[in-house]
Amino acid sequence: MTSTAGVAPPVDVPGLPAEPPGELPPPTGRRRGGIGYLLLLPGLLWLALFFVVPFYSLVATSLYDPAGSDFRGYEMTWAVGNYVDALQEYWRPLLRSLWYGGLATVFCLVLGYVLAYAIAFKAGRWKNLMLVLVVAPFFTSFLVRTLSWKLILADDGWVVNTLQVLQVLGDDGRLLATPVAVVAGLTYNFLPFMVLPLYASLEKIDPRLVEASSDLYAHPAVGFFKVTWPLSLPGVVSGTLLTFIPAAGDYINAELLGSPNQRMVGGVIQSLFTDANDYPAAAALSMVLMVLIVVMVLVYVRRAGTEELL
Amino acid sequence: MTRRAPMATRGPRGPVTTRRTVLRGLGGLAVVGASVGVLPLFGQEGAQQDPAECRATDRSEEDRLVVVSNWPGYIDPRRDAGNTRALLEERTGMTVRYTDDVNDNAEFYAKVKAQLGSCEPIERDLMMLTDWMAARMVSLGWVQPIDRASVPNLHANLIEPLRGVAWDPDLQFHAPWQTGLTGIAYNAAKTGEIGSFSELLDDPDLKGRVTLLSEMRDTMAFALKITGADPEDFTQDQWDDAVDRLRKAVGDGQVRAFTGNEYIQDLAAGNIVACEAWSGDVIQLQFENPDIKFVAPEEGLALWSDNMLVPNGAEHQANAEAWIDHYYDPAVAARLAAWVNYICPVEGAREEMEKIDASLVENTLIFPDAEMLAQTFAFMPLDDRQATAYERDWSDVTGG
Repeated sequence: MTSTAGVAPPVDVPGLPAEPPGELPPPTGRRRGGIGYLLLLPGLLWLALFFVVPFYSLVATSLYDPAGSDFRGYEMTWAVGNYVDALQEYWRPLLRSLWYGGLATVFCLVLGYVLAYAIAFKAGRWKNLMLVLVVAPFFTSFLVRTLSWKLILADDGWVVNTLQVLQVLGDDGRLLATPVAVVAGLTYNFLPFMVLPLYASLEKIDPRLVEASSDLYAHPAVGFFKVTWPLSLPGVVSGTLLTFIPAAGDYINAELLGSPNQRMVGGVIQSLFTDANDYPAAAALSMVLMVLIVVMVLVYVRRAGTEELL
Repeated sequence: MTRRAPMATRGPRGPVTTRRTVLRGLGGLAVVGASVGVLPLFGQEGAQQDPAECRATDRSEEDRLVVVSNWPGYIDPRRDAGNTRALLEERTGMTVRYTDDVNDNAEFYAKVKAQLGSCEPIERDLMMLTDWMAARMVSLGWVQPIDRASVPNLHANLIEPLRGVAWDPDLQFHAPWQTGLTGIAYNAAKTGEIGSFSELLDDPDLKGRVTLLSEMRDTMAFALKITGADPEDFTQDQWDDAVDRLRKAVGDGQVRAFTGNEYIQDLAAGNIVACEAWSGDVIQLQFENPDIKFVAPEEGLALWSDNMLVPNGAEHQANAEAWIDHYYDPAVAARLAAWVNYICPVEGAREEMEKIDASLVENTLIFPDAEMLAQTFAFMPLDDRQATAYERDWSDVTGG
């Protein structure tokens, strides 16, 4: 990159007469700025091409005249009514997505915290192996793993049969095509996104701080809530974000493990785009989902604080 | 020194914070202004084309190749000796490049829309799409007319029920590849006989153990039938009634899912005991599990075809026509039907089947008799605006 002609001039200033020889040249504002911007350039171009342009295209699509069609084409007519229509018709799957995503995040946090804690403090020489096991599911495709849950939870499968024998489920009871299966699938699929950041921040905690708390006669539980938990908060914040955002937008789990009554907003957007060819409604719904999540994340991050993130 | 220079030039113009706030405000306004200016540029042109203008020069003579896109599992495999593709290659000296990349009509449409909608080639010479999508593509002008003289077998051997379809009565643009029936499949080991579509929607014993097809026209045709309308000619009110009827069944938890071919796995695994199904799938499943039955519901059978179309910009049209003519040779058609088990659209294939597999000759799901064909119906052709409105109602029903 730096060898191209257009880039060379701002960098090429080794012979400034004022500089005393042998001393490092003082970083001039111009040079630092120039290099900084140059380094930013590839990333900015990438973002402009693959984020800003598609984003504008999505916003424009959501404001298309809904009377358009593939035959006649579409015009951007500031049709704000698309948003009203989309919200009126699809508020149910929209709320359901946030609800399922939230539930899955809570379950992931509870399960993931215990697991990450065990790996960070109790695993000893098994630490690396356990970390590998956490990541191992990523070696197979997301779709295949979700489909295999369909086999495990099948109506005639051993899980359902066992639960029926134990009277947890009625004789006609089932797991597939229920909210339980969908939330369980989401929890399973996004658990590693929770465990890894939690582990990273738990692992950094100096064990002497916990020892100090017990030296000061703190009960282990008090020690945990006064020392370990606050110090692990950055992991909690990034873990919940990494789990909630994709879980709320996911629709594979709802589509494969749920019934039409568990459908999430991602599935609705997909079918509006590809089946109904109703691009304006689909784009408006995508925008609503995006804005909702951004607002929720902003509020959450403001309250939780980002200074110590990562 | 130099590091402070930019600050110094800014200094005299006033307090830094105010300036920053103003700049920020101006910047925000500029972004909003630019957005308002830019957004209208993102309109979309109409995708309708004129096939005559999007015709490619035919290179069939010097490039002996035909590129075909089809649904998975819809042709006899290459490994079989004397398979239909090898036979074509032998007869004509051309090479067949075959891909099974059509999984779903709507998905395939989305995949090729950008190119065909702007008169660009899609590097295929033939694609197989179901009636309604084929009709849509023909009306969008994305399909090349087939030279009548190059496909004598098609015009001579196409079975009578498939002639004269509303969207292409003279077979100018399409040739049916395979035909199928939509009906009901059930697992006789798990439930008694199911005779009608309304049982699927109402029988409390089947609650949550029924799937329907996610293709709107398949399922809505039956919903229209049970609410007393004619799927070949219905009004908006009748449509709304049928949608409500189905919505109620979905809301009650009667319907477990809306699926494509996946119902095969669910039926085999026992997750569902009955479903709306396509005839050929069920015959294939019966080989493994004889308890699976296919029935013609009281409401009738929906008849549909997947059709061979030559897309705009195809470079080997003459080769594609040779392909079509080849598959309308009764001997070839019988060989294909023996493997895919869908309804064979070729007259005379039944006689040829005697030589290949006599057990299939009497199978009315491959060679339907007149009585069966009398019960079949199709779906009303929809214009683009109706299709979008109906598909949207449909996605509301299937989406809870």
